[in-house]
Amino acid sequence: MQAQSASQQAEIVANILQRQRRDPARLVQVLREIDEVLGELTPEVLAMVGEQLKRPFAEVAGVAGFYHFLELEQRARYRIFWSDNIIEQMQGSTELREEMCRLLWIEPGRASEDGLVKVGLTSCIGMGDQGPALLVNGRTVTRMTRARVAAMVELIRGGALVGNWPEEWFAVADNIRRRDILLGRSYKAGAAIAAALARGPAAMLGEIQSARLRGRGGAGFSTAQKWQACRDAPGDVRYVVCNADEGEPGTFKDRVLLSAYADLVFEGMCIAGLCIGARQGLLYLRGEYRYLLEALEANLARRRAAGLLGRDILGAAGYDFDIEIHLGAGAYVCGEESALLESLAGKRGVPRNRPPFPVTHGYLDCPTAVNNAETLAAACLIAENGGVCYAAIGTEMSTGSKLLSVSGDCARPGIYEYPFGVTVAQVLADAGANDTQAVQVSGPSGVCVAPEEFGRRLAFEDLPSAGAFMVFGASRDMFEVARNFAHFFAHESCGFCTPCRVGTALVKNLMDKINAGHGSPADINELFKLQRLMESTAHCGLGHSACNPVADTLKKFRPAYQRRLHSTEFEPAFDLDYALSQARQMTGRDDAGAHLANES
Amino acid sequence: MSDVFLLDGEQVPFTVGQTVMAAARAAGRYIPHLCWHPEFQPHGSCRLCTVKADGHFAAACTLAARPGMTVDNRTAELDDQRRTLLQMLFVEGNHFCPSCEKSGACKLQATAYELKMMTPHFDHFFPDRAVDASHPDLLLDFNRCILCELCVRASRDADGKNVFAITGRGIKSHLIVNSPSGRLADTAMSLADRAASVCPVGVILAKGRGFVIPIGERRYDRQQIGAAEEQ
Repeated sequence: MQAQSASQQAEIVANILQRQRRDPARLVQVLREIDEVLGELTPEVLAMVGEQLKRPFAEVAGVAGFYHFLELEQRARYRIFWSDNIIEQMQGSTELREEMCRLLWIEPGRASEDGLVKVGLTSCIGMGDQGPALLVNGRTVTRMTRARVAAMVELIRGGALVGNWPEEWFAVADNIRRRDILLGRSYKAGAAIAAALARGPAAMLGEIQSARLRGRGGAGFSTAQKWQACRDAPGDVRYVVCNADEGEPGTFKDRVLLSAYADLVFEGMCIAGLCIGARQGLLYLRGEYRYLLEALEANLARRRAAGLLGRDILGAAGYDFDIEIHLGAGAYVCGEESALLESLAGKRGVPRNRPPFPVTHGYLDCPTAVNNAETLAAACLIAENGGVCYAAIGTEMSTGSKLLSVSGDCARPGIYEYPFGVTVAQVLADAGANDTQAVQVSGPSGVCVAPEEFGRRLAFEDLPSAGAFMVFGASRDMFEVARNFAHFFAHESCGFCTPCRVGTALVKNLMDKINAGHGSPADINELFKLQRLMESTAHCGLGHSACNPVADTLKKFRPAYQRRLHSTEFEPAFDLDYALSQARQMTGRDDAGAHLANES
Repeated sequence: MSDVFLLDGEQVPFTVGQTVMAAARAAGRYIPHLCWHPEFQPHGSCRLCTVKADGHFAAACTLAARPGMTVDNRTAELDDQRRTLLQMLFVEGNHFCPSCEKSGACKLQATAYELKMMTPHFDHFFPDRAVDASHPDLLLDFNRCILCELCVRASRDADGKNVFAITGRGIKSHLIVNSPSGRLADTAMSLADRAASVCPVGVILAKGRGFVIPIGERRYDRQQIGAAEEQ
């Protein structure tokens, strides 16, 4: 990422556009690649892209401004994003990040004046089982320690290329702790596709139906119903989209599926293609998993060479299907299927108004089946063993198995596969969690479960989950947990609708106010009021659930809030001493004389 | 033949495919709104038009009317929510009505009067937004933007110019214009554009003609927005 001359920049942009076939729908891919090479997206570069793709400058700038990882303001040779997941905060990420900034003599979130380095925050990067983790120029570094921080600072000062940094820093372990029907078998490449082909599209769909497979992204919609609707929708061109944008903090199952079981996910996409009559599949990989891209592309190339992708798959005349990978660029809301489709089409990731639904109007307005990576992997199992066999596992309304991403206060964090219906207590015992105060099931948008509820079951009929299972020990402060989640939603709100755009910011401010010791009972009422408003008026699920963690912890862990509150009915947010903080920073003073005396 | 649904207990006829908002408007019934405009595709972003249809909350501007549907509109609960949404819009921007040329003709202000919003309630965000006075005929005061995207839609769909777009995300979402310089003067915008007159608040203003109609005699000074809108 050396500074480029204008003509070099133009050449780089032209080459990337060429490779992306000058397809306006690939705008996010184009911007992401340019950003990766040039280190920033200047107005000149955005204008060039707009001109070439025949899209207005403002629209291109609007798309670029939506995604967290695209740099529009301060270029830096080293861009570091620490994962701001609460679990990693518990592992000491805040102190390590502050230390890094101190050693580099920089302010958090601002590039150094020489343009060398910028250290900021990003939402969970899916490494809660091996944090604290960070991204440096798009590459994942796990298990940060003080020693690593010091060594990294030296490498940055010396200008060492990230590619030459110690290899072990970039190691990502799978940490599979419990295997069941999905992870416990060995697979032969092509076997699931062959089994589905032998059954034929209609019968295969019938097996998915009798398996009673439900979507693993959390909502639990019937997969057979979705595929049937997509198959029946009018139109000649159909798409299969694999949602691997697992942005829910605390979730990392897709990471493991795509590093150790990518064949299953790809074959599941082929099977979906066969069932609905699609010839093209798109895998939307979250930008945080950029490090997986090369291996996944190599896997696709291998599969093409082996006749498992492309024309006449496994020799079946007319069974054509191929897969393309799209990378996200840092936007949690793109995990929502209609926002994901917008992003795939090169737009801002704003959830659509529905109906129409993706099964009739999905990618480029064509019928599209959007499925979670885990759902597609499960389809392989059903192709090989049949639906009845699959439905025998799990519970009445939740058949099969579920991958849980266990992280936090436990001896053995990692991936656990269980038949649906396992109790929270069982998972805690297996993971070696003692003295647990709470479990956040399914991430910030899920449910906070207290000890008296540890007998509840992980299944759609009780505790539905996309897979996150965050464990909080007795010493943890549940208010801090909720405050972290409030910051997360404020950062990830797309900003489209009033209640979520402003509401998430207000909730964040209120939580910070309470944290600073300026909260009162009136602020608690305010939080409940905002939760009701967002739940009933927000445009999409993100807004509906954005206040859940606050409301949940308020109901179940009230003392964590109470001990921070003033007893008065009202407490002004204005803080005289805080108001002087800027002056203190400017003068470099922090002595007693630079503070207002405590009047009480 | 048209079907009917019930809006606050009264029958409203509609044609197939019509939204609750469009049908209500056609029947002369007012559902508070800011981002909806009869000339443009519904957007569903301000959420002011949230109603309760058969017990479920939904935005009236994007909700297709169904025969026999029961829609609650002006209930205390819904108007209370609307008031809070208005307060959110007021505090996230910088709205100083007394000095605004749009005062009296501003939909945000008029809707706040209609809903009897007495205070902003929340702490103001006081965002730092520059004014763009580069264009010879038009002024852009981004301080008042409520992100309804009516100018975005009008410029794209009516003028065919794509002068406006939204960038940023979350509370940092903001309106931009179609030029790398960021200046309206460097875009194709003209005073005659539909986008130049569609802004419901005081972001897009014609230069050189202030206070032609005195305050007190403007559209919503003369008539409450509900009545003024639906005639």
